[in-house]
Amino acid sequence: MNKVFQSMRIAFRALRVNKLRSALTMLGIIIGVGAVIAMVSVGSGATDRIHQQIASIGSNVIIIQPGSQNTGGVKSGNGNAQTLTEEDARAIQDECPSVMYSSPLQQNQQQVVYQSNNWGTRIYGVAPEYMTIRDIRIEEGQPFTAEDVKSTNKVALLGKTVVDNLFAGEDPIGKIIRIRKVPFTVIGTLVPKGQNSNGQDQDDMIIMPISTAKKKVMGGGRQNNWQQVGQIMVQARDGRNQNAMDEIESLLRQRHRLQATDDNDFQVRSLEEMAAAQEQATQIMGLLLASIASVSLIVGGIGIMNIMLVSVTERTKEIGLRQAVGAKTRDILSQFLVEAVTLALLGGCLGIAMGVLASLGISYFAGWNTLVSLPSILAAFFFSALVGVFFGYYPARKAAFLDPIEALRYE
Amino acid sequence: MDSALIRIEHLHKTYHMGDNHVHALRGISLEIARGSLVAIMGASGSGKSTLMNIIGCLDKPSSGKYYLDGVDIGGLERDELADIRNRKVGFVFQQFNLLARTSALENVELPLLYSDGDKSKFKERALAALTAVGLADRYDHHPSQLSGGQQQRVAIARSLINDPQLILADEPTGALDSRTSVEIMGIFQKLNRDKGISIVLVTHEPDIAHYTNRIIQFKDGHIVVDEPVANPRNAERELAEMPEVVEEEEPVA
Repeated sequence: MNKVFQSMRIAFRALRVNKLRSALTMLGIIIGVGAVIAMVSVGSGATDRIHQQIASIGSNVIIIQPGSQNTGGVKSGNGNAQTLTEEDARAIQDECPSVMYSSPLQQNQQQVVYQSNNWGTRIYGVAPEYMTIRDIRIEEGQPFTAEDVKSTNKVALLGKTVVDNLFAGEDPIGKIIRIRKVPFTVIGTLVPKGQNSNGQDQDDMIIMPISTAKKKVMGGGRQNNWQQVGQIMVQARDGRNQNAMDEIESLLRQRHRLQATDDNDFQVRSLEEMAAAQEQATQIMGLLLASIASVSLIVGGIGIMNIMLVSVTERTKEIGLRQAVGAKTRDILSQFLVEAVTLALLGGCLGIAMGVLASLGISYFAGWNTLVSLPSILAAFFFSALVGVFFGYYPARKAAFLDPIEALRYE
Repeated sequence: MDSALIRIEHLHKTYHMGDNHVHALRGISLEIARGSLVAIMGASGSGKSTLMNIIGCLDKPSSGKYYLDGVDIGGLERDELADIRNRKVGFVFQQFNLLARTSALENVELPLLYSDGDKSKFKERALAALTAVGLADRYDHHPSQLSGGQQQRVAIARSLINDPQLILADEPTGALDSRTSVEIMGIFQKLNRDKGISIVLVTHEPDIAHYTNRIIQFKDGHIVVDEPVANPRNAERELAEMPEVVEEEEPVA
């Protein structure tokens, strides 16, 4: 250990002698490490955002949408057909063993009025289970119950954005708001969720019983069949996402009386799987960026090797003297190896600082989510040491095996 | 224990340079007793440098035997030779070979880095060696701040640091003026006399050779003359008789 410390001191002195040269050599490693850190932070930032997205959706969420309508060969997009019903939602919860909760969902944009204030927001007509599925929590007041759905009670839960726009500082609980002239009692407010990954405000919503929503708010038009719903939201039991999807599919095919040759008139999608696919794509992208950046690290390593070879040649006479006074092969080897590693590590540390600054810059100027993780810093540190050892070994070996007589005579 | 510090028997050294074979030493036998002060002379190419390299354990004989302090050097590995050099041999060169931008003290300490000594004693030992050559007050000077003679004294201190049995000096006065040369020879004579260190030096100058007790002359890889010096010169006495000079001008750093 003492020897290593000794070699470090000698190395620092040797590097100080040629400050500019040492700095330029380090620049290669600085840029390499900095680029890797910055690129990895962009990659893990993107992954992190997807994780947040999954968390804000709720875990194990499955969405069932109506399929496309086929009218005389013209296929409309998914969700246009009206094939899902509230009974479907109930049947899924009752009959699929891998499903924990299921809730129908009907949504619509409406203008909401409270006294002289008004605000346009999205109305979500749902079953009480929806709150659990989407992990939406009540801040104040209380949620509505199955009884409220059954009795078509005119109650509403307000997102924070709605509260802020309708009630300027007033306590909304128990107040009456009007939607399409129908009075609703505010029974609770929702814990804010912030923006989702698409920049959409998740607090700009009103949740109410689906029966009330359909009969009092969204009446008329396509909704004249009271049984139909826009979507069904399902929460699967942990780790049984795929089972749940299979069960839902066979149950709905049976309920919709589809023949074996018929296409599904609905679509079952797992948000988790969509997110996982997205995450995988992001990871591949991040890996690609990092590997391109690590090429510059290798180029930096070659720079170190180059300068170490020059240094060995320049200091031939010094090496000869050290050998004459008793330096063994490993003494010279370690001296030059430590010098190369010191150069690489110093560059690595500065590179880490630069990479962190760069990723801050990227998130500030480009607005991307970046995440500098401790493992990536440690990896960069050890990788730059590795570069030093790898590219320093050949020059150090060359120095260690110089013939002392030749070396002493070298001018 | 062998009575002779250096015992050389039928030593040959041949260099191969492509198709050329250079026969640098052609069967040398030589004994140097402990406590000797010996000068080796000869024209360049006579084989004296080759012999010095072998005596200094920097090179190995092609054939024949070389015993240093009773150890057969011919059978040793590279790192074993380095260890012998570190413990038993001190080197002094014509061009001093000090590390630039490194203080006198650290230059003197250099051989200690490659020995297993007590690290806390390094500075003390280096200062003692500098004191032995009369340079203790310049311990923190860099070589560029020292005159030639002072640099050579630092080099001698370096060669002394591990209490060697043998100091090998290759033209130690070759780059120095005559007065400084006498000073350096005075140091060698003192070390030889007071500490009993054997000293072998190579020189071109007969004057310098006459400060030693024995002169060995080389020619074409053979020893042609090997005789004791009848009346060795005494550097200390000569210095005392020389006119006083002002302290040497230091080169501007």
